[in-house]
Amino acid sequence: MHQRLPVIIFAAVMAAIPFIPGVPPFWIVLLNNIGLAALVAMGLVLLTGVGGLTSFGQAAFCGFGAYTTAVLTTAYGFSPWLTLPLALLVSGIAAVLLGIVTVRLSGHYLPLGTIAWGIGLFYLFSKLEFLGRNDGISGIPPLSIGSFRMLDPGSIYFAIWIGVLISALLTMNLLDSRTGRAIRALRRGHIAGEAFGVQTPRAKLLVFIYAAVLAGLSGWLYAHFQRAANPTPFGAQAGIEYLFIAVVGGAGYVWGAVLGAGIVVILKEVLQSYLPYVFGGQSQLETIVFGILLVVLLQLAPTGVWPWLMARLPLKPGRKIPDTSLPLAKRERTPASAAVLLQIEKARKQFGGVIAVNDVSFDVQAREIVALIGPNGAGKSTTFNLITGVLTTTGGTISVLGHKVDNAPPQEVVKLGVSRTFQHVKLVPDMTVLENVAIGAHLRGSSGAISSMFRLDRADEAKLLAEAARQIERVGLGDQIDQLAGSLSLGQQRIVEIARALCVDPLLLLLDEPAAGLRHMEKQRLAALLRQLRDGGMSVLLVEHDMGFVMDLADRIVVLDFGTKIAEGTPAAIKTNPDVIKAYLGATA
Amino acid sequence: MNTTIMLFLLQDGITNGAIYALLGLALVLVFAVTRVILIPQGEFVTYGALSYAVLATGKVPGTAWLAMAMGLVALALDLFDARRSLRLKRVARAFALNIVLPAAILALAYGFASPKAPIAVNIALSLLIVAAIGLFLYRIAFQPIAHTSVLVLLIASVGCHLALQGLGLVFFGAEGLRGPALSNAALTIGPLRFTGQSLAVYGLTIGFIIALWLFFGFTLMGKALRATAVNRLGARLVGIRTTLSGQIAFLLASLIGAISGILIVPITTLYYDTGFLIGLKGFIAAIIGGLVSYPLTAVAALIVGSVEAFSSFYASNFKEVIVFTLILPVLVLRSLAAPAVEEEKD
Repeated sequence: MHQRLPVIIFAAVMAAIPFIPGVPPFWIVLLNNIGLAALVAMGLVLLTGVGGLTSFGQAAFCGFGAYTTAVLTTAYGFSPWLTLPLALLVSGIAAVLLGIVTVRLSGHYLPLGTIAWGIGLFYLFSKLEFLGRNDGISGIPPLSIGSFRMLDPGSIYFAIWIGVLISALLTMNLLDSRTGRAIRALRRGHIAGEAFGVQTPRAKLLVFIYAAVLAGLSGWLYAHFQRAANPTPFGAQAGIEYLFIAVVGGAGYVWGAVLGAGIVVILKEVLQSYLPYVFGGQSQLETIVFGILLVVLLQLAPTGVWPWLMARLPLKPGRKIPDTSLPLAKRERTPASAAVLLQIEKARKQFGGVIAVNDVSFDVQAREIVALIGPNGAGKSTTFNLITGVLTTTGGTISVLGHKVDNAPPQEVVKLGVSRTFQHVKLVPDMTVLENVAIGAHLRGSSGAISSMFRLDRADEAKLLAEAARQIERVGLGDQIDQLAGSLSLGQQRIVEIARALCVDPLLLLLDEPAAGLRHMEKQRLAALLRQLRDGGMSVLLVEHDMGFVMDLADRIVVLDFGTKIAEGTPAAIKTNPDVIKAYLGATA
Repeated sequence: MNTTIMLFLLQDGITNGAIYALLGLALVLVFAVTRVILIPQGEFVTYGALSYAVLATGKVPGTAWLAMAMGLVALALDLFDARRSLRLKRVARAFALNIVLPAAILALAYGFASPKAPIAVNIALSLLIVAAIGLFLYRIAFQPIAHTSVLVLLIASVGCHLALQGLGLVFFGAEGLRGPALSNAALTIGPLRFTGQSLAVYGLTIGFIIALWLFFGFTLMGKALRATAVNRLGARLVGIRTTLSGQIAFLLASLIGAISGILIVPITTLYYDTGFLIGLKGFIAAIIGGLVSYPLTAVAALIVGSVEAFSSFYASNFKEVIVFTLILPVLVLRSLAAPAVEEEKD
């Protein structure tokens, strides 16, 4: 991630462009427009590409920024610089209000909802008296520093591009941090993140506000660049276009936003100025060609131009190996009010008429490996979900260290020291093994979004990464530490999940089929690791189908069949239990 | 409040609402089958309406030529896809669907183009033209990316909307058009006068709701379409032709769009870009209906229509603001009622 040199070169080139003799002033105007669009698209990269929340309403947030400064500077005589924080604040508050109602929506509701309020706000801008209705507000004062007034496109150019560069750096810093990892995990569903303490609704709201504030900045700059504000650039069409820019550039890549803005703005300009010559002055041809090009482009490169470009450049990200000597403070222990680690009493879960878990009771003591076995559909994974708060129980109680956790959210359960892996691996495939594992240490760090943006989180971050690297080393995946999680074999991905769970510094480890997909040697290594963890004071509750593995490893075995506990005991006793044999083999063997 | 005014507003709202319901139904249909959020639905409305209006003046609308051109592109794509196994039957079928069909429509349009052509012929012709465009639109723009994410499909859909709206300006010009009424019959009940036009609107809407409900609930084809929406791969494994499902969905949607257009163009003047806004109001209804339920969508559409009618009377300036923010309370309720469900994306 630390590729400062290309950024510096880019900044230097951008700074030099206005001074090149013979650059037409019109080019500068285009570059200004690119910068303004890039700011909004950058917010969308974070929101849509990284966070998986599609918004068509970003143009409306530009409107908030632009109208705030327009009203305050023209009607109340505020200084433009003073309105900058206010413009950002207004966009941010609007985002909080709209975000609270929209970000909780899943899937396709979100984009549709944003289209609706985007259009609603556009009409509001064009009808309100104090915003000048359809004519908008003109005569906005230019930005000025001392006696230097940014009247022409060439001078506000610097303000715009400094804004773009700073925003890009802040965004990249944010993504490369504890909060950033939580945001990057959003797109893959919320269960995995929440199991490690990520407050997903809050993370979603955060990116929503961040994107809105960037759009507000763009709107503020726009108002002082055009020296006027009217509703047209803040309508649905513009909102669609910003999303288009992000997708063309490569939603998910900060610089993709800048590239996409460049491509789209220049393309539109070229179409507008040359098409009439080719086709003899037909009106609106550029929209037609623009639309068709958009469809063609998506068919050729659905992931956008930036990743396509990067794959063809001989740039390899440098290896960044964290310093594993930095200690990370232990998780804060909750005082235990019971000797038993995990106590399940008559836990019950019904899905409609199906009883998935039927009054199951068992416990896990300290320093113990307990295996939960049973045929497919016996309710083992459901039991795990009940313990970790992914599902709520229909009846019965589940307590950890004497604290009742049935119906507690996953984020609270993990705080008690219960961490888990998933039967269907839930890693973020486009994050490295190190970053994925570091999500496990989410609760052991404290840096927030603001401190990450300004790189004040580095000490905290280094400790988190050091811990993640130690756990990766411990499970034996040190060589794969900087590979993308998606490129590993399924068996290795399960081991990555174990490392992630270990990062919690847990008392109780819940492993859902950890040995599935492992080779014989790897299974032996896993068994050795689990024994070593137990001897170090941890307890393990595991679901597993490999009987050899379970019988060798477990201190105690609980057998479920059709949601009901049919046996419990030592491996030797379970092996000869007639009920268990019947459940597995189906006959009186 | 005056009861007569209220009744008038309500009648107006229900007529508009019925149109929004038709469009909402089409949107739900397309989304449920192809996961495409069909922004160009509005263009189907304008194309249907304005083609009908142009045909009524005795001219052939440019949309007939557009269907022909899209057929050519579709043929090229079909041949390119089939380049490894160019069997005569397959090529002949592609040729028949993509060339013969639009050519026949074009020929019919020229054959019947006269100011004296009966209304029914004009309606049939405009429906045929728009249906062909809808069919080819799926083939050209969406079939090649049918497996991608909802977001990519959505952006492609926006692209189609832009292109079709621009073409609409080329074909029909910036001036608005009106078409002849379907029937001049009228019925008076108390202070209200029901025109044959608005009765046709109600009848067709109810008819479509029942037909769609029967089709998706009780026919094998309907169930196959729904299965495609849930899991394309699974649907293919059990022998459902997912491409066909998508084509049927687009065909139905374009037909519904064109019918709505023909129903409203005698009532109000339509411009080349009117469809977008009408389509969006259909969206509001569809979202309130949760993109799954046809009856709920229809009820929501009636509410949207009524709210629009009342707000245009009491706060005409803020009509659109009110209609589009109507969605917010619904979204809040939805987000409170339904806890977020885990969904694997990408």
